[in-house]
Amino acid sequence: MVRKPAARQSTPNVSKDELLQYYRDMLLIRRFEEKAGQLYGMGLIGGFCHLYIGQEAVVVGLESVAKEGDKRITSYRDHGHMLACGMDARGVMAELTGRIGGYSKGKGGSMHMFSREKHFYGGHGIVAAQVPLGAGLAFSDKYRGNDNVTFVYFGDGAANQGQVYETYNMATIWELPVVFVIENNQYAMGTSLKRSTRSTTLYGRGEAFGIPGEQVDGMDVLAVKAAGEKAVAHCRAGKGPYILEVMTYRYRGHSMSDPAKYRTREEVQKMRDERDAIEHVRELLLQGKHASEDDLKAIDKEIKEIVNDSAEFAKESPEPPLEELWTDIYAEEKSA
Amino acid sequence: MATEILMPALSPTMEEGTLAKWLVKEGDSVKSGDIIAEIETDKATMEFEAVDEGILGKILIPEGTQAVKVNTPIAILVEEGESVDSAPAPKAEAPAETKAEAPAAPAQAAAPAPAPVADLSPDWPEGTPMKTMTVREALREAMAEEMERDETVFLMGEEVGEYQGAYKISQGLLDKFGARRVVDTPISEIGFAGIGTGAAMAGLRPIVEFMTFNFAMQAIDHIINSAAKTLYMSGGQMGCPIVFRGPNGAAARVAAQHSQDYAAWYAQIPGLKVVMPYTAADAKGLLKTAIRDGNPVVFLENEILYGRSFEVPDLPDFTIPFGKARIARPGRDVTIVSFGIGMTHALEAAETLAGEGIEAEVIDLRTLRPIDYATVIESVKRTNRCVTVEEGFPVCSIGNHISAHLMENAFDWLDAPVINCTGKDVPMPYAANLEKHALITAAEVVEAVKKVTYR
Repeated sequence: MVRKPAARQSTPNVSKDELLQYYRDMLLIRRFEEKAGQLYGMGLIGGFCHLYIGQEAVVVGLESVAKEGDKRITSYRDHGHMLACGMDARGVMAELTGRIGGYSKGKGGSMHMFSREKHFYGGHGIVAAQVPLGAGLAFSDKYRGNDNVTFVYFGDGAANQGQVYETYNMATIWELPVVFVIENNQYAMGTSLKRSTRSTTLYGRGEAFGIPGEQVDGMDVLAVKAAGEKAVAHCRAGKGPYILEVMTYRYRGHSMSDPAKYRTREEVQKMRDERDAIEHVRELLLQGKHASEDDLKAIDKEIKEIVNDSAEFAKESPEPPLEELWTDIYAEEKSA
Repeated sequence: MATEILMPALSPTMEEGTLAKWLVKEGDSVKSGDIIAEIETDKATMEFEAVDEGILGKILIPEGTQAVKVNTPIAILVEEGESVDSAPAPKAEAPAETKAEAPAAPAQAAAPAPAPVADLSPDWPEGTPMKTMTVREALREAMAEEMERDETVFLMGEEVGEYQGAYKISQGLLDKFGARRVVDTPISEIGFAGIGTGAAMAGLRPIVEFMTFNFAMQAIDHIINSAAKTLYMSGGQMGCPIVFRGPNGAAARVAAQHSQDYAAWYAQIPGLKVVMPYTAADAKGLLKTAIRDGNPVVFLENEILYGRSFEVPDLPDFTIPFGKARIARPGRDVTIVSFGIGMTHALEAAETLAGEGIEAEVIDLRTLRPIDYATVIESVKRTNRCVTVEEGFPVCSIGNHISAHLMENAFDWLDAPVINCTGKDVPMPYAANLEKHALITAAEVVEAVKKVTYR
């Protein structure tokens, strides 16, 4: 499904600093992913590698409404989420190359990375497994009686897994503080949404459980932010879960080995030309005279340096020593 | 003609129950479908309905009587104007067909004779006072003690709260700890196993009860992919201190989908710990260890064992370490290695064999991951023969693994091939006679021992 360009706010109520932050964060994800694609092509990254290019506004918009202690969990298309919550580009890239400097010491790879410090709970390779796991994270906050929320990201493909609805049901009866973020990029691998369901309004499926929700333009970081504020306020107020169906688009294939036969080149090009989230913020910055072309070039350069540095680190970091094969299988027993 | 009202079997494994309350009195007329009594089983208090019409002529078992055997006459129903005396004399023993209905509990003898546990176990100090309790009570005590001790421990599962536990394991815990910590779930195994696992990743210590491990197949992705592998995949960052527990293996007469032993399945997974206790003392001490462990633990219980009584050390806090087998019975002629309900058959066989002059050493593995290979090998070095006993399927069984380990590490001490006694390689049948044959029996263990001892 290709949407018509939505009318965007011409004079958004947003500060210069915020806009610059979104621009920077989204650009970092895009350049990082482009570099990851390049390293994959060079054989430095193996296995599965799912790029987030095109979807940057989703996670950047939502991270802008998170506070300390909030948790996030997602699928295997996770690089963008890690960068957006402040994880180090070096550690992410080095995990992609399977090196000891990676977040999981090279033992997790692209799909399995975590950061206790940043409350990032993965990185899960089984489609939709992160949905009940994320509700469990929210359960822990409810149990402890704090007002943190958990962002559970999953795709339109995962939305057809049964465990999502078991989770909706329990999240409702226990009033768990969880924002279910459906990143609807319109293709589950190669199967378009309308080929996989007759119930294409995914946020509406929450109605059966009494979970409020809405559809959001995921190519507009400000729209995502506004919806995120509403969702998070709902959860923090103890009213239970909220669903955001964020309409987005992935420019690249499902993974690096995507034959790209299920959609036209024109469809992809049209989204890039008309709806690109980074271009949108760039225009706002320039039109609002918040930044000059030179200012933005300076940011581009800064981002490029971070990404190149991460790639250098990822190439130079050694492979994990063979002893690592046998570590981290069991935690040390500890008395609580 | 007067008819006897018999103590009913209200669950597949019920052998006796408490006649909690009579809801009718002598002289009352009853119609078919009237509730006449409340009967407490090992699992729940049930209402008992009249099947026939008539007048309650005589109550034979007064209310409050405990341990009333199934099929014992509890009252006599007469017709209008008929005397109670015309009823047939109460039979001394339950009819044979009752036994056929509960074939999986053949070793009543094992229940009151737990002496080897106390005598041979080094798990608690000599002279420790002991108390008798069922496996059910032991599991409940273990959970209650750990919930008292650690605020992050909570129990979740189907019917753990208001229903008081499908098998009464969690009876009373809701009253004691409240709904925040005793969480009733809908019937959503994959969902609540995932929620429990997520809560553990965030630092809580969930005990996830599966009504039976048969239903955990719906949830096995979270047990293995989410719980067992995450520590490794996160380079050691993300622990998952969670216990998945519930009855495993065959109960009685519940057929193929409800009668599988998953010991070998879970024992294969690095990142999991797997426990399968036999005695109440082990159930308690090992469950406490499981709850304190920083790793995901699969804790395989057995419905038939829930009601068995054993001696348990009367200590405020005792635990049993993982990876330590227990020599349940010393012997010099053959080593019988078993675990869980397999121990029933192993011990019964050892008793029979002793009568024929063969002294079997019976080892209860207790934990299947880690496995205490050393105790098995040391024993085989003394006996030079080994038979393994388990209820699960024969292919890729725990016994197969023990045999392979002995081949690799104790080959020169073996005087005969190791024999694996297992359940049969068939889905569990419903028919009583077929079910009996599908399960491992003590007689088969005796036969296997005779083979390896060339008798």
